Amino acid sequence: MNAQVQPVTPETSIGPPFWLLAELTYECPLHCPFCYNPVDFAKQKTELATDDWLRVLREAREIGSVQCGFSGGEPLQRKDLEVLVAEAHRLGYYTNLLTSGIGLNEKRIAALKEAGLDHIQLSFQDSTREVNDFLSSTRTFDLKREAARLIKKYDFEMVMNCVIHRMNIDHVEEIIKFAVEIDANYLELANAQYYSWAHINIERLMPTREQLVRAEAITNRWREKLGNKMRLFFIVPDYYETRPKKCMNGWGNVFLTIAPDGVALPCHTARMLPGEPFPNVSEMGVREIWYDSEGFNRYRGTGWMKEPCRSCAERFDDLGGCRCQAFMLTGDPTNADPVCDKSPHHGAVLAVVAMAQLTPDAKKQKPLVFRGNKESASAEELF
Amino acid sequence: MNVVTAASNESEGFALDSIPRVGRGFRLQWEPVQKAHVLLYPEGMVKLNGTAGEILSRCDGVKPVAMIVAELEKLFDQTGLDAEVVAFLDLACAQRWVERT
Repeated sequence: MNAQVQPVTPETSIGPPFWLLAELTYECPLHCPFCYNPVDFAKQKTELATDDWLRVLREAREIGSVQCGFSGGEPLQRKDLEVLVAEAHRLGYYTNLLTSGIGLNEKRIAALKEAGLDHIQLSFQDSTREVNDFLSSTRTFDLKREAARLIKKYDFEMVMNCVIHRMNIDHVEEIIKFAVEIDANYLELANAQYYSWAHINIERLMPTREQLVRAEAITNRWREKLGNKMRLFFIVPDYYETRPKKCMNGWGNVFLTIAPDGVALPCHTARMLPGEPFPNVSEMGVREIWYDSEGFNRYRGTGWMKEPCRSCAERFDDLGGCRCQAFMLTGDPTNADPVCDKSPHHGAVLAVVAMAQLTPDAKKQKPLVFRGNKESASAEELF
Repeated sequence: MNVVTAASNESEGFALDSIPRVGRGFRLQWEPVQKAHVLLYPEGMVKLNGTAGEILSRCDGVKPVAMIVAELEKLFDQTGLDAEVVAFLDLACAQRWVERT
């Protein structure tokens, strides 16, 4: 007998898109300055109809998708969310709702339970009303607390997610205590990743090394203390690393994102990349998109790599990192992710890190740009 | 397999009369595309090999470990599998994949 667990590893042949992320809408009542939705989201008003989504769910399930995330924007803005969750559940998906909690009243949560929803990830911006409401540019802290109460009342698995950055990283201990108080099963302390709106605001959001070290030590102490009661995840900002992340676990490897207008993406920020537009589920079936489309094969595996990745012994460990980051920081998505200290462009990352160590001069600071329709419509920066 | 570590999270490991079930928050299902049992949990998946799948699919909150062992011995045409099954359950318990009823 050999009762072991096989790690889910990429194979030489193309595996199924285990993770289907359905971004139902870019509409959102919050205005977080680190939102990962495209900066120009306001220019894309089209949304798939209910029947289109039902077809996408079926087609992805047929080729092996098993985790389904309903996200946005705020997915509760869609009136047909319950219909989509019910179909996903019937098809055998494990269903995840990624929400700010705004719009989650008792009627809707009861309907979602009935539809077979498995888990809710609830975002907070901080453990305090003041910072939460400042960062979301709304008065939503109490609404979120109420959402947390309903999630527990209806016996859902609850993941609390808090995006971490310079302005709340020193509250990590309070955030953990808050997660314990609302009885979360998992807590994700996810340092902002610097794309889209977070990239615009990078100077205001990037923590110092000292802040990061302290926050991680606090998290480790609590992880030990909490044991199996609550699982704690701490995701570091990759600018502080010397090797890039294996972004999305590989291009076209396990993740399939469908944007509100039906564009299929290997990751939710890939739309910023130059080249042919990505395929749309209105024009192509999910199987063909995943296995055959140019977009999904563009950076699959290692064949597309240039030096220093091409001959690097570690190229299978990180697959060259993130294509979007390479594009944003070097102008060429086929370059190594400059987080890697073997990249000739690593200096661009070091410069941001160096800047973050300085105490900012309040007068010279760029103002924080909150995500909003007006800001988006006038956006010049595409990432 | 480090049984000592696995068991140390609980006051004691599984015994032959313990009744295991799939852990709260996890769902076990057969995936035809992967030809494997998988454990699903918030935003994650563990793909199980054949034997692990055979053990966990019998953790139904009714059968005691001894009965699971007997079924597996019959299935694999082997004897003396109790230690291995208990060791796997202890490991799985530390991961919260199974719990005692």
